[in-house]
Amino acid sequence: MELKRDEHACSHCCGGEYAALDRVLDKYKDVQGNLIIILQKAQEIYGYLPRDVIKRISDVTGHTQAKIFGVVTFYSQFRLNPIGKHLILLCQGTACHVNGSLAVEKAICHELGIKDKETTPDNLFTLNNVACLGCCSLAPVMMIKTGDTEETYGNLTADSAIEILEEIRRKEGLA
Amino acid sequence: MRILVGQGSCGIASGAKKTAAAFAEQIRAAEMDIPVDVTGCIGLCYLEPIVDIYDDNGKMTRYTKVTPDTAKLIFDAHVAGGTPYTPALIPAAGQAFLDKQTRVVMKNCGIINPERIEDYIASGGYRALSKAIRNMTSDEICDVVLGSDLRGRGGGGFPTGKKWVQVKRQSEPVKYVVCNADEGDPGAFMDRSIMEGDPHKMLEGMIIAGLATGAHTGYIYVRAEYPLAVHRLKIAIDQAKAHGYLGDRILGTDFSFDIHINLGAGAFVCGEGSALTASIEGQRGMPRVKPPRTVEKGLFEKPTVLNNVETFANVPEVILMGAEAFKSIGTPKNAGTKAFALTGNVNNTGLIEVPMGTSLRSVIFDIGGGVKNGKKFKAVQIGGPSGGCLTESHLDLPLDFDSLEKVGAMIGSGGLVVMDEDTCMVSIARFFMNFTQQESCGKCVPCREGTHIMLELLDDIVEARGTRETIDTLLDLGDTICATALCGLGKTAANPVISTITQFKDEYLAHVVDGVCPTGQCQAYRKYVVDEDRCVGCGLCRKVCPVHAISGGTKRTHKIDTQVCIKCNSCVSACKFDAIQII
Repeated sequence: MELKRDEHACSHCCGGEYAALDRVLDKYKDVQGNLIIILQKAQEIYGYLPRDVIKRISDVTGHTQAKIFGVVTFYSQFRLNPIGKHLILLCQGTACHVNGSLAVEKAICHELGIKDKETTPDNLFTLNNVACLGCCSLAPVMMIKTGDTEETYGNLTADSAIEILEEIRRKEGLA
Repeated sequence: MRILVGQGSCGIASGAKKTAAAFAEQIRAAEMDIPVDVTGCIGLCYLEPIVDIYDDNGKMTRYTKVTPDTAKLIFDAHVAGGTPYTPALIPAAGQAFLDKQTRVVMKNCGIINPERIEDYIASGGYRALSKAIRNMTSDEICDVVLGSDLRGRGGGGFPTGKKWVQVKRQSEPVKYVVCNADEGDPGAFMDRSIMEGDPHKMLEGMIIAGLATGAHTGYIYVRAEYPLAVHRLKIAIDQAKAHGYLGDRILGTDFSFDIHINLGAGAFVCGEGSALTASIEGQRGMPRVKPPRTVEKGLFEKPTVLNNVETFANVPEVILMGAEAFKSIGTPKNAGTKAFALTGNVNNTGLIEVPMGTSLRSVIFDIGGGVKNGKKFKAVQIGGPSGGCLTESHLDLPLDFDSLEKVGAMIGSGGLVVMDEDTCMVSIARFFMNFTQQESCGKCVPCREGTHIMLELLDDIVEARGTRETIDTLLDLGDTICATALCGLGKTAANPVISTITQFKDEYLAHVVDGVCPTGQCQAYRKYVVDEDRCVGCGLCRKVCPVHAISGGTKRTHKIDTQVCIKCNSCVSACKFDAIQII
């Protein structure tokens, strides 16, 4: 994972838009073992963890930026770059694997023209392979997160996965 | 009358919310006053969405695979008309799936509304806490748990009571109770189901653990991939506080206990005790050298009881029924029940709970209904990436901690992935090694470098570059990693490889010696040829081939140059006459 240098792609946080983050920092700055909770809340606010946000967390909590960067890159949940509007979490657990999740991944990658962890140029979809969503009996499974809502789709085939993506595109008025 | 719609994660994924909405809509339209309620998962995942209709005498009728359209038919026949709608009634196999189980830990899942504490209390909930807090000393609680032979359900099978006694003995005044709800094993979901279906039960177990060991704070470390479980746990904690079962001065006594929820951030290694506590502390989740053990120096360097969801959910039952009654379930030294997630190529997928010691045959064939599509049973992977595979010769093996250890497998968290004759065991071993390698935290060399090399060696076999020596190196390296890695993840990383080589040596040899993948799954071993009898010379395959490996004139039999072919399968999809064969 690479941190984009001096690239403030985020429009929410620049220009002093730290009000929501500061409320989080205020609440958790003295809590024992606070760092991961603060990073999770910050990512909820900004969708990812921009560099200036990491710096502000460092300034307020006293954790060095290097330590924060270490924690951020350790866990797969944290992102240093923005994601698309719909986040596809494609399960690659054992049950999904034996029921054909690779074919589903191939179809999605082909349809969207992206690979795992990438975002489509129109910023509509990001694909993340995940270890296991725990819906093994419906394998293969994917979860699509859009803002605060998430929808789980089971018994996928290459075709049904594409249909689901097309349906989202239709709703977005793009197809 | 009351309508109950199963809404665990898998129920919702199958459309249970729409089904519930359809019932609500019908009821509103008919101006009736019937509650449509939420419940957790009964475990019959393959028959979701599931709807239970209770009449005024408490008699229940169960419908399965209820779509919004079926909901309307059920409403007309049953709710409005008073006669059951037979086409959607639970099939006999589904009923047998439930009848053949012994549900202790999950007895409320799919029955009560997990978002209402009153339902839990009405089913006997918090009676164990009340008994423990009013009538038992902390020593007595530890004695009962110790005497019950309850063992940790997270994988290791360490006696729970022993752990509690060790924490209780520590003189340090601050202690913690931590619940491991970071169910990371791909293919296991029993903890999710318990948290979604009956969250109070594990809370009650945690509070009793605090009471027994002298801890006043509990943490639940739950995966971020389980949003519904987190939601229901939060509701449960608030309700338990409002009812005086949690918080200050529980049930009017001097004992206080609070529970926090910490969300995991996506790292499998955090299922390991010391990595988990590091993660709650806000650090990178890396295991440390032991001793000191978690019971001495765990979370924030304080003595810590660390058990998983299913273990804590067993505790109220142990306290209520007593050690002897609990021990009467299961086999000696393996008391109680175990939940298994039955998935893969099996007919009835779902979550089951059976007494410890139940045979694998009974689980897969009696309850699971055998292998899907009439195929032959080949193996079952038990215990996820740390476990091993069991074959036909193990079918009568009792599923308990000790019996499985003897054959080089482990219960782990209880994932059972059934594999049919079409599954390539080398490719499965590679799948698990790829998983472990990606999840290796990188702290110790044997795991960081060793799993990497093992994956490369497995890639060699899968991609047709392997030799006999590759297999020997794999076994050798596996033993070394097992002996030298720092934590449980590394120590068990080679298990799937060693166990598949032991059980399926011939299949490995077929790859490296004969140059054949017996199941045809490994692409590198496939050969694409044209069936001359079927080819009509339409030229479609020639047009779609991305590497121009196919030649042939119009209306003449085509030919595939196997040296050029990249085995992309495009020709197979394009051919309308099934003339392309894979050999």
